[in-house]
Amino acid sequence: MSKIKILTNGIIKDNPIFVLLLGMCPTLGTTSSAINGLSMGLATMFVLMCSNVVISLMKNVIPDKVHIPAYIVIIATFVTVVQMFMEAYLPALYETLGLFIPLIVVNCIVLGRAESFAAKNTAFDSLLDGIGIGLGFTLALTLLGACREFFGTGSVFNLNIFPEEYGALLFVLAPGAFIALGYLIAIVNKLKTK
Amino acid sequence: MAYLMMIIAAIFVNNIVLSQFLGICPFLGVSKKIDTALGMGMAVTFVMTIATIVTYLLQHYVLDPMNLSYLQTISFILVIASLVQMVEIILKKVSPSLYQALGVFLPLITTNCAILGVAILVISKEYSLLESVVYAIATAIGFTLALVLFAGIREQLSLVSIPKGMKGIPIALIVAGLLAMAFMGFSGIA
Repeated sequence: MSKIKILTNGIIKDNPIFVLLLGMCPTLGTTSSAINGLSMGLATMFVLMCSNVVISLMKNVIPDKVHIPAYIVIIATFVTVVQMFMEAYLPALYETLGLFIPLIVVNCIVLGRAESFAAKNTAFDSLLDGIGIGLGFTLALTLLGACREFFGTGSVFNLNIFPEEYGALLFVLAPGAFIALGYLIAIVNKLKTK
Repeated sequence: MAYLMMIIAAIFVNNIVLSQFLGICPFLGVSKKIDTALGMGMAVTFVMTIATIVTYLLQHYVLDPMNLSYLQTISFILVIASLVQMVEIILKKVSPSLYQALGVFLPLITTNCAILGVAILVISKEYSLLESVVYAIATAIGFTLALVLFAGIREQLSLVSIPKGMKGIPIALIVAGLLAMAFMGFSGIA
């Protein structure tokens, strides 16, 4: 497999949200605006890249029987790094994303890529896979966040497009997350079958 | 009275699935039949209660006195993962019938973010041990309620014709959205 293909695979063909349907909790919980979705995506991408590299380097050292707990410890370490970094330098963002930062540990995407890709490939390929899948995840989250922000408050990335009074607040609240994601996946399905 | 308010708030107003977005994976994954939804709900209730007690004790008697609170995420997830494994082994030995009912769901629970989420939430909300347990049980009931309601709707949904692109997950998400909207009606009670 060529290096470029590994990178682009995660963005389109194996997009974690729209195609693999993994990691739904942060997808729905942190996308009340485009900027929140983007930052959650980047945080997950960082964890994904680091854990992929470390796991692929250590795959021959870790005994087979304890490989899942070992992976979880590696992932949790990087999540803690992200958590402490955000708390120190981006306290406002840390406050908004809240619980979903430590919950990157149980994001199925991270463990899923460790198991299905990093455990079988070289460190460099795993890094590329981490970047690809991470970008796909970030893209999906930003798109969903942008849609919800647009319909809910009339702006995207705080850039006002139509007056806020005309927005349907519902899209910023919980039900809007489910409905917007449902329609986005339906649109992707439609495009895929063409 | 305070406890009653807390229970109502955790089940209806701040429903863990429909307003806090935790535990979406099992919510979408094992909600095709009411029976399995009920089984999953019971398994989650069981594990969530025990996990909350254990992580609470871990936080207050090990991590806090030793200034190790930055190890919270790592230690909690390890404790939960091994706890689930242990519950599985004990249940197999002690109550084979209960194991039969819950067995298949137990391995799935480790990656259920609701468990870790509640364990971290009760620490950050600074609940006492009793409050934590009540909160965990009420949250788990809320999870079960949402799951069973959703499964009931999906059973009916499988009988109607749906546009091709909307089949499966998209329509399920939209139904979940409507359900969340219904639950929003509870806000203001507690």
